[in-house]
Amino acid sequence: MIVFGVALLSACLILGMLIGEALGVALNVEANVGGVGIAMLFLVLASNSEKFKTLTQGVAGNGIQFWSAMYIPIVVAMAARQNVAAAVDGGLLALLAGVAAVLVSFALVPVLSKIGSASKATESDSEEQGTA
Amino acid sequence: MDLIESVFIRNNLIVAFAVIGAAIWVSYFLADKLTRGRIHGSGIAIALGLVAAYFGGVATGGNTGVADVALLGGIGLMGGGMMRDFAIVATAFGVHLSELKKAGMAGVISIFAGVIVSFVVGAMIAVMFGYTDPTAITTIGAGAVTYIVGPVTGEAIGASDTIITLSVAAGLVKSILVMIGTPLVARHIGLDNPQSAMVFGGLMGTTSGVAAGLAATDPKLVPYGAMTATFYTGVGCLLGPSILFFIVSSIF
Repeated sequence: MIVFGVALLSACLILGMLIGEALGVALNVEANVGGVGIAMLFLVLASNSEKFKTLTQGVAGNGIQFWSAMYIPIVVAMAARQNVAAAVDGGLLALLAGVAAVLVSFALVPVLSKIGSASKATESDSEEQGTA
Repeated sequence: MDLIESVFIRNNLIVAFAVIGAAIWVSYFLADKLTRGRIHGSGIAIALGLVAAYFGGVATGGNTGVADVALLGGIGLMGGGMMRDFAIVATAFGVHLSELKKAGMAGVISIFAGVIVSFVVGAMIAVMFGYTDPTAITTIGAGAVTYIVGPVTGEAIGASDTIITLSVAAGLVKSILVMIGTPLVARHIGLDNPQSAMVFGGLMGTTSGVAAGLAATDPKLVPYGAMTATFYTGVGCLLGPSILFFIVSSIF
């Protein structure tokens, strides 16, 4: 049944959101801390596990794949409802702060990706940290 | 006219499916004919969405872009946080646990590095514009983290409404630029595997920016980037009004 996959997906999201919300309260932060990421972990665990086979394989899996395929249309709708006018009205300070933050972060992607693969290489030899 | 309006408004989510579907069809057609597939169709669709959002916002004075146009209200629901998160989680279906473990540590480092670097850059720009009040500097820096961290930090440390609005604008600029810029720089920053996608999500952090930017680059990378990005705003809200504010206060 297609709805089994959809129900599993929904259960993962709600469980993840609850944990993220609880983490926010525990840390005294006014935000959901990683709720979606935790939900994704649950779905990865479920789809890699034998126990959840009836909820993730065959027709049930189509229920999850449908929403995965709807991702790009939903993102396009999300773009269409952004407050672009306010971003344009923010003036030079807002523009520079946003642009500079993005450029510096882009530049750091290859640097940090390297740290990741370096520590992975040393992991097998010993408990040593990376070169830094 | 009334008849059309009432049908459109009563079925607004369905209208949104049809309108977005048509917009994507046009975008893929343009990507194929005009750019010969060099620019991904979804990249064009996202850019079209942003342009429509600008005109929608200017025409209605609202703050949810094209969704403030009564006949297109369903786009607000379709592109809202609930549907976005549901679809993002669905993309994790079929991801292998081993890929996540491989980039785990680099992913965690990138979240903290991303929050701190964006904050410092934003705060420096605020100082360059002549701000000397630590509350204002911290709030604008937090806005450069994401448009949620800005107001959360600003309200916690008592910044003025003008500064909070400015911080939201900085965060919006960041999110929009990530949506448009990611496919353009992807090749130059090595964004072509799950591991660098996790680092990318952690560094950029804006969930909407990362979600749209990776979709237009390579949809296979979406779950990895989204996974780390969703922790970013939480970490930002944690550090902004606390440690980062204390550090700024001790300098100014």
